[in-house]
Amino acid sequence: MAAKYISREKLPEWLKALAAERRVLVPVEEGGSVVFRAYDPAKTPVFGSDATAPPKGSIFPASQELFSFACGKEGEDVKPTLTLEAHTEAQPTVVFGSKPCGARGFLIFDRVYMGKKYPDPYYIAAREATVFVTMACDTVENTCFCHWVGSGPADAAGSDLLLTPVAGGYLVEAVSDKGAPFLDSPVLTDGSAKTAEAEAVKTKTREALGEAPDIANAPAALLERFDDMEFWRDQSDKCISCGACTYLCPTCYCFSITDEGSGLAGKRLRSWDACMHFQFTLEASGHNPRPTKAHRLKNRVGHKFSYYPTLHDGLIACCGCGRCVKSCPVSVDIREIVQNAVAKAKA
Amino acid sequence: MTDPFNPYLPEVATILETVQETHNIMTFRVRFDDEAKMAAFKFGPGQVGQLSAPGIGESTFVINSPPTRMDYLQFSVMRTGEVTSKLHNLVAGDKVGVRAPLGKPFPVEDMKGKDIVFVGGGIGMAPLRTLFLYMLDNRADFGKIRLLYGARSPLDMAFSAELPEWTSRKDIETTLTIDREADGWEHKVGLIPNVLLEMAPSAENCVAITCGPPIMIKFTLEALKKLNFPDEQILTTLEKRMKCGIGICGRCNIGTSYVCVDGPVYTYAQLKALPNEL
Ligand SMILES: Cc1cc2nc3c(=O)[nH]c(=O)nc-3n(C[C@H](O)[C@H](O)[C@H](O)COP(=O)(O)OP(=O)(O)OC[C@H]3O[C@@H](n4cnc5c(N)ncnc54)[C@H](O)[C@@H]3O)c2cc1C
Ligand code: SF4
Ligand code: SF4
Ligand code: FES
Repeated sequence: MAAKYISREKLPEWLKALAAERRVLVPVEEGGSVVFRAYDPAKTPVFGSDATAPPKGSIFPASQELFSFACGKEGEDVKPTLTLEAHTEAQPTVVFGSKPCGARGFLIFDRVYMGKKYPDPYYIAAREATVFVTMACDTVENTCFCHWVGSGPADAAGSDLLLTPVAGGYLVEAVSDKGAPFLDSPVLTDGSAKTAEAEAVKTKTREALGEAPDIANAPAALLERFDDMEFWRDQSDKCISCGACTYLCPTCYCFSITDEGSGLAGKRLRSWDACMHFQFTLEASGHNPRPTKAHRLKNRVGHKFSYYPTLHDGLIACCGCGRCVKSCPVSVDIREIVQNAVAKAKA
Repeated sequence: MTDPFNPYLPEVATILETVQETHNIMTFRVRFDDEAKMAAFKFGPGQVGQLSAPGIGESTFVINSPPTRMDYLQFSVMRTGEVTSKLHNLVAGDKVGVRAPLGKPFPVEDMKGKDIVFVGGGIGMAPLRTLFLYMLDNRADFGKIRLLYGARSPLDMAFSAELPEWTSRKDIETTLTIDREADGWEHKVGLIPNVLLEMAPSAENCVAITCGPPIMIKFTLEALKKLNFPDEQILTTLEKRMKCGIGICGRCNIGTSYVCVDGPVYTYAQLKALPNEL
């Protein structure tokens, strides 16, 4: 389909039109961070730099009801009853202005949440109801490494529309069937005159990232280091087990299930959980298969660069967004850990 | 649109009966309230379920009744924490949630025609019971069946109501043992691995299945190796903290293996191939 164009001035008009019919999430500043919130015409979205937190909650909320329950005692003979009620339906949503890494994160989720044996009805409903309007990057940060993991600053995988910044506005391209109808909007004009410029922006940004190191043998190299606890103690030395790296990660999908309410009525929730926490694998007997932060970091890095790719056709469970690097209070850098493991394996 | 299958939503079930097995183990016999679902329910020995005490949470327990006896599904619960304590307070007539069957069963087809040695310790007898009874109900399909079941003391032996039948049956060989002498105890005294070495079952065409506390499993495996059991002929079940039970929540993995879907049954050969994170 032919590409379209929208000027920077017209963007609020498009957002308003979109928001009239569905939830539109945009990156906005809030308390010093950039986070995705429902579009409010009074607040200017932050489209230049990448958001502090990815749009993970658009499809996988930080906390979500799985079902509600009510217990009762029925009639004269006091028979206990238990009723459960689940709502899986999701709200139509547009995530507008995340970077390619934010949208790509859900490709990692898809393999797990839309698996053949136990497809997750909550995730699937939200995934189907959500459209990603992604903005290609025209600048890079020193924490970005999307090019290491098969992605890039104009990667449209997992997105429905791709916007590329050009002089005065954006080139708008549909990259999925779900995205195509959105090009019909009257605020968009013909973009054919801008495609060459957009291509140049994409190439220039990709070049700014430089060469990617060869991490093809990372899955094997990390497994080879599994019992080398000295290596893992070194790598995790500074870690304070805060979990920020997992909560901000667009590809971290672990959750916990807890009940809320009294024994008589309440709900069962699922909430984000973090493998960097001691309690994550603590068993009732007191035994913990991952007793130290070294064990836990090993699992986090191992999962992303070894176990997941082994199970899912080589797909790395990290989109290289660098959020964990940028937001770690003590500067643990997942890139260094992977490279150290690869270097040790070669030595 | 009809509601898609929801793997998080438990079936509502009624407790038909409870049995106080030991001071901290209680058995629950339950049936789904939806009789059509109960009639259609299928599982294999070794598969597990999540039992819910609404308001508290859910926990994983093996379905320890065999698929050959479908009057009820039986779970034996050791009290250790919040969910298990709540379950222990329930009585016949009360409702629970059940998500089952989860995980993979024992490879019963591969065991046909072979001799079988069961080695169970404490609550570890629960996953063995389902397979043991399944084999008794299909007795002709298997060779010699031996059961070695041990607990700390006579009072710690679960399934005590069934033990007289098991020890008196002629078509099986049952050995019961406790760690230390106790008044009125007529069976063996001694640690499970030692008693196993005394029994000295032949590894020839024989499968050994063991389950119990980690330390018992460790020494039982050593004993089985001394008896020349190949790794492929030793089966055990693993415990890991679980939440979803369906391979999504990311909690129970050992490297690439998810105990909730790839386990909980593993051969010793499979365990050795996994990263060391038990
Ligand atoms: C495959 C499998 C089969 C099991 N079969 C049985 C059985 O037949 N009988 C029996 O008594 N126990 C069994 N267990 C152990 C049982 O699940 C735990 O003892 C129970 O979850 C403790 O729950 P709690 O809420 O009382 O403890 P708490 O300490 O309050 O635990 C809170 C949460 O931790 C999790 N958890 C804690 N310890 C474990 C653990 N060891 N395994 C799994 N989840 C844990 C549970 O999800 C629970 O919601 C089995 C465990 C697994 C993994
Ligand atoms: S953000 Fe840094 S300190 Fe916090 S858990 Fe992750 S690696 Fe450890
Ligand atoms: S591991 Fe770090 S760099 Fe990779 S996707 Fe997660 S937050 Fe981004
Ligand atoms: S219990 Fe959730 S993945 Fe195994």
